[in-house]
This record gives sequence, C-alpha cells and structure tokens, in this order.
Amino acid sequence: MFKWLEKNLPKIVLAPAVGLISWFVYGFILWTFYISFTNSKILPKYELWGVGQYVKLWASRKWLIAVDNLLIFTVLFLVICIVIGIILAIFLDQKIRAEGVLRTIYLYPMALSFIVTGTAWKWILNPTLGIQKLFIDMGFENFTFDWLVNRDMAIYTIVIAGVWQSSGFVMALFLAGLRSIEDEIVKAAKIDGANLFTVYWKILIPMMRPVFFTSFVILVHISIKSYDLIVALTQGGPGISTTMPALFMTQAAFHKSQVGLSAASAMMMFMAVAAVIIPYLYSELRRENVS
Amino acid sequence: MSVNAIASYKQLEQQSKVKNLILRWFLYFILILFASYFIFPLYVMIVTSFKTMEEIRQGTLLTLPGELNFKSWAVAWGGRGYGAGDTFLRPYFWNSIKMVVPAVVVSTFIGAMTGYVLTKWRFKGDSWIFLFLLFGCFIPFQAILLPMARTLGFLGISNSILGLVVVHIVYGIPFTTLFFRNYYVSIPNELIKAARIDGAGFFKIFFKILLPISAPIIVVTVIWQFTQIWNDFLFGATFSFGKAAPIQVALNNMVLSSTSVKEYNVDMASAIIAGIPTLIVYVLAGKYFIRGLTSGAVKG
Repeated sequence: MFKWLEKNLPKIVLAPAVGLISWFVYGFILWTFYISFTNSKILPKYELWGVGQYVKLWASRKWLIAVDNLLIFTVLFLVICIVIGIILAIFLDQKIRAEGVLRTIYLYPMALSFIVTGTAWKWILNPTLGIQKLFIDMGFENFTFDWLVNRDMAIYTIVIAGVWQSSGFVMALFLAGLRSIEDEIVKAAKIDGANLFTVYWKILIPMMRPVFFTSFVILVHISIKSYDLIVALTQGGPGISTTMPALFMTQAAFHKSQVGLSAASAMMMFMAVAAVIIPYLYSELRRENVS
Repeated sequence: MSVNAIASYKQLEQQSKVKNLILRWFLYFILILFASYFIFPLYVMIVTSFKTMEEIRQGTLLTLPGELNFKSWAVAWGGRGYGAGDTFLRPYFWNSIKMVVPAVVVSTFIGAMTGYVLTKWRFKGDSWIFLFLLFGCFIPFQAILLPMARTLGFLGISNSILGLVVVHIVYGIPFTTLFFRNYYVSIPNELIKAARIDGAGFFKIFFKILLPISAPIIVVTVIWQFTQIWNDFLFGATFSFGKAAPIQVALNNMVLSSTSVKEYNVDMASAIIAGIPTLIVYVLAGKYFIRGLTSGAVKG
C-alpha cells in the first residue's frame, strides 16, 4: 500500500488540477453544447430539440448585428494595434533616451481593467463636456464629436478605447522580438549597403513572423471575448448598435430567460476561438518539439 | 585623394548629419505624440477627480482644478452618509481583497505542484495532460457561465465571495501551470536525480530544491493572477450582486446608476481607486508584469 502510494504520488498530486479542469472546463463545455440543442427557456430542459436554437440565433437581427460589430471591431482593433505596436517598437529600438519611461507609459493601460478603461473613455468621449467641448473652447466652434451617442459611430469608440488598452502590449511583444535578433544580421546588411529602412522592411519585419502570429491570436482572442469594455462604455447602445456576441450571450442567459439560445451563442463563440487557437497550439507544439 | 574630393566628402558627411538630426527629431516627435495619447486619459482622470462639478462645467478636460478638492475621493470611498442608494467603494474594495488573496495563493500553489510533476516526474502521456490543461487558457468563458452558475447554486455558494474564489482558482490553474511548467523545464534534471539518489522524496525535492529557486516565477505568477482576478468583471457580474460584489462590478454600478446629476469627478475618483492596486503593482514590478504578459499571453 505504502509502496503504491509512493510510486503514484506524482499522479495523485496532479489529480486535483486534472479533475477540476476536466469537470469545470471540458464537462461544462459539453453541458453547454448539449443545452444548445434543447428548448431551454428560464431553466435548462434536457429533452433534445434539434438545431432550433441555432436557426433562431442566425435569424435574430440582434445576433447578426453582434457578429457584424465583432467583425468591424476585430479588423480595426487588430490592424491598428499591430501598426502602432510595430511603429513604437521600431522607434524605441533606436537607442532612444528615456526608453524605460516611454515603455512604461505605453504599457500601463494593460494594468487597468476594461471597466476602468471604459469609465475613463466614456467621460472623455462624452459629447457635452468631453473632447467636443475641449475643441470648441480651443476655437473650433463647429467641432462636433458625438460618436458615443451616434448609432453608426459608437462601435468606433470601443475601438479607440480597446486600442488604447492593448497596443502597448503588441509593442512589448515586437520589442522583445526585435531584441532577440542578432545584431550581426543588421550589421552585415548595413555593410552590404542597405539603409535602415531596408533593413527593417526587408529583413527584420519578415523575421518577426512568429510575433505577428502571436499578436494576431491574442488580439483576436481578446476581441471575441470583449464584454467588459462594451458594458462600461456603451452597454451595447445606443439601442443595440454596439452589441457583441459576449454581451448577447449574457443578456440572453441572465436577463431574457433564453438559456438554450444563449448556449447556442456561447458555442458559436467557442468555435470561433477554437478555429484560431487550435492551429496556433499545434504550431507552437511543433516548434517546441523541433527545438 | 584630391582636395576637391575631400571637400565634397565633408559636405556629404555634413549633409548626412543634418539628415540624421532631422530623423532623430522626427523619431522623438512620434514617440512623444504616442506617449501623450497614452497618458491623456490618466491625466484627465486625475484632474477631473479633484475638480468641483462647477469647474468641470466651466473648463475643459485639460484645465487644472483651482485647488485640490478631495471631496469626490471621500464620496467615492466612503459615501455621502445618507442611507438608501448611497453606493461607495470601501466595502467592495475589501470584497476584492478577500477574493484575490486566497484565490491567488491557492491557484499559484496548485500550478507549482502540477508544473513540478509535469517536468520532473514525467510519465507516458504527460505532454498530453499539459495540452489538456493548457487549452483551459483559451476558452471563452461564455461557454462555461451557465453550468457554473448552476453549480455554484447547487453548492450553496452563489452570490458569495467564496464562490468567486472557487471560480478564480479553477480558471487560474491553466495559467499558473503554464508558468511553472515553462520555468521548471529549464531547470536541469541532474539536480533532481542527485537528490533522489540521496534519498530525498517527492515533497522534499520540491520544498528543499525547487521552491528556493522559484522566486522569480512565483512573482510573475502572483502578479499575473492578481491582475487578472482584480480586474475581472465577467465572473463578478455574473455570479455575485449586491453586497458580495467585487470592486469592478461596484465601480460599474456606481458609474451607471442614474442619479439626477452625473458626477464625473466622483466617477473618476472611483475609477482611480479601482485601478490603483494593479497600477502600483505595475509600477513597482513592471519587469515581472511584462514577463508574465509576454510568456503567459504568448501562449495564453
């Protein structure tokens, strides 16, 4: 008995983590998956109902708006964060004075919650006393900036706040990537007569492919899950113009007693994340096995 | 080399110096421009929190307050002193502390143990177990919200701090495991082998050999978990309401509660209070914070 215990001690120590994750991650996802095929309203029902919830989901105007918003947000968030991140990383890499201070400033928003971020930007973007008044008082009398309360533009305020929160992080990733490249390569290219622009454009940026990939995965992941920022900034409004899938899911589940429908929307989000993550994990593991 | 050639060379050098100088100025200009974009909201939050509502209506986002007015801070932290509808952050701040401390400690400990087993007591199929756990870093939590709400109800700990502690421990394990596993993998196995020959057992090796050299990764993990849990809103808002809410939920409720007049100065003071613990950690231990972000988030 004692021998057995000693021999299996590592596995016993591993058991709580494996058990908890099996139940709370895999078991729960399976449960949600199952419920998405039932006609559950306020409480879960367990008799199968087929794909009705998915049909209902994709016929729902609100869900379509949510998906639309997610696409707009993801594309802009991704592109702007990566562009700002690369520019800042390359510029910071030029033996800049006070690099540490600048880096700290670029990255601190990452330490703040999306609720704090949203609260701050909501005040800044507020159409009466915020940025609009700042410009009017500066002499631009006809300046208007009402994106926060404008149905067509409100989604871009979420982009502004999201980019502010996350682009410093992309900068940190690229800076780490640039610093890991041997100076020799850059020197050799310069001896061959390449100017700094060519060195970056033709040599260093192409070498950053793994960093692009990583940033892509993380940013898409953040944007699919984005919930707090919308709650704090617009609550999905004006109307339902800034709804996103995560908001749709919680509202259906906890305010509208549409448990089946919310399970279906959660599974759509899960599949979207899986489509990005599984290839990523696969390539990461392959790289690890090769090295 | 002719005199002429030297002159033109010098001219060329001069030109390139001027060009370089312009380039440097451009570089600093762009960097400072972005720095002001990042610093702007923090500046606005701080100055707004010290203004009176009158000053807010009169001035703009950038104008400084006439004097440092701490009233909004007092209201944000301790309320106005009358009964109904008086929400303030103090009790929720403590809720968050009571939630964060046990959740961070337990999830870090479990992560350390699993990371230890997965690297130093390897067995057939252990890398699959790692992958199995790692996947938990990526799931959108919406896929587990409904069953979690039911489970907490079943256990009788819904709408309680204990319930949130459990939730944060469980969903922190994939990350803490990842951190420790990646750290311990770089520690030479010879160290462990030698200790085993000397007769040290499973726990002795962990506590006497690995733990004393784990300080850096413990710091990274604790900071990561602290920031994640302190800043969480989704779990807090879904599984707790009223008195058991953590600070982010309370902040959101405070800002959204539509009293007759919107008090932006109180809102900003509240936002700073809710953000200050993680900001302090970031300023004090920025290096570890970034290391956690890049290694944890590179894979998570």
